[in-house]
Amino acid sequence: METNWLGGIFGGALIGLSAVLMLLFNGRITGISGIVGSLLVNQSFSERLWRALFILGLLIGAAIYITIHGELELHLQASRSLLILSGLLVGIGTNLGSGCTSGHGVCGIARLSKRSITATLIFIGVAMLTVFIKQKLGL
Amino acid sequence: MKNNLMSLIAGILFGLGLCLSEMVDPARVIGFLDITGDWDPTLALVMASALMITFPSFWFILKRHQPVCADKFSLPDKKDIDSPLVIGASLFGIGWGLGGFCPGPAITALVTLSPDVVLFVLAMLTGYYLIYLVKQDKVIK
Repeated sequence: METNWLGGIFGGALIGLSAVLMLLFNGRITGISGIVGSLLVNQSFSERLWRALFILGLLIGAAIYITIHGELELHLQASRSLLILSGLLVGIGTNLGSGCTSGHGVCGIARLSKRSITATLIFIGVAMLTVFIKQKLGL
Repeated sequence: MKNNLMSLIAGILFGLGLCLSEMVDPARVIGFLDITGDWDPTLALVMASALMITFPSFWFILKRHQPVCADKFSLPDKKDIDSPLVIGASLFGIGWGLGGFCPGPAITALVTLSPDVVLFVLAMLTGYYLIYLVKQDKVIK
């Protein structure tokens, strides 16, 4: 695929701006795995509300993009059963490891958190290795 | 109330950012992770661009006594690199490499109503909840 320079830079800036607003106004780290996962567990109504609204926002953002751009292209990279296994591992891993690409990668590194820098290096490294092995096995 | 409005706005910006950068497309993510193939640096651009914004801003924001619409900053209190962090990040890495989806893009991609994405998200929630149950049973620190 050709590098998406403009989309990457502007899209990344919007993601950064989102994380800045969340910290400045709400005092929160924008970690999507935690925001989504916390909705599953016992929380007060107000704790649930801001998380649900953030997720609603993600969907509205995508809907706005589709309205302007016409479509949202997804090229799935795995069979359905592999995707389910992958989803399980992402859920288990992000809860155990206290975060994902947004919480550790975008917010944690910005706070110079040792845990987040370590986690980000590990999940990117392991994911690269996984892709390499997956291709060797022809999955 | 203002904090809820801000969550919604931040969510919209985040979702737009993921779509504009095409990070919702697993092909983009795998293109970055596949370093032996036709390497696609877009994901690195996205992270670098986001960090250019968050890095200096966070430094200024965290000098404040409190956020604008809340009593205090809610930051992670763990400081040590422990085995749950290392094991969790590794398992997440395997899952991310297998499917090309991490939580934000997967949730955002639900808008397409693709059954595969719905199944991925259901599996992800199940995995998250399993660990929640394990943590309830014996506290993993």
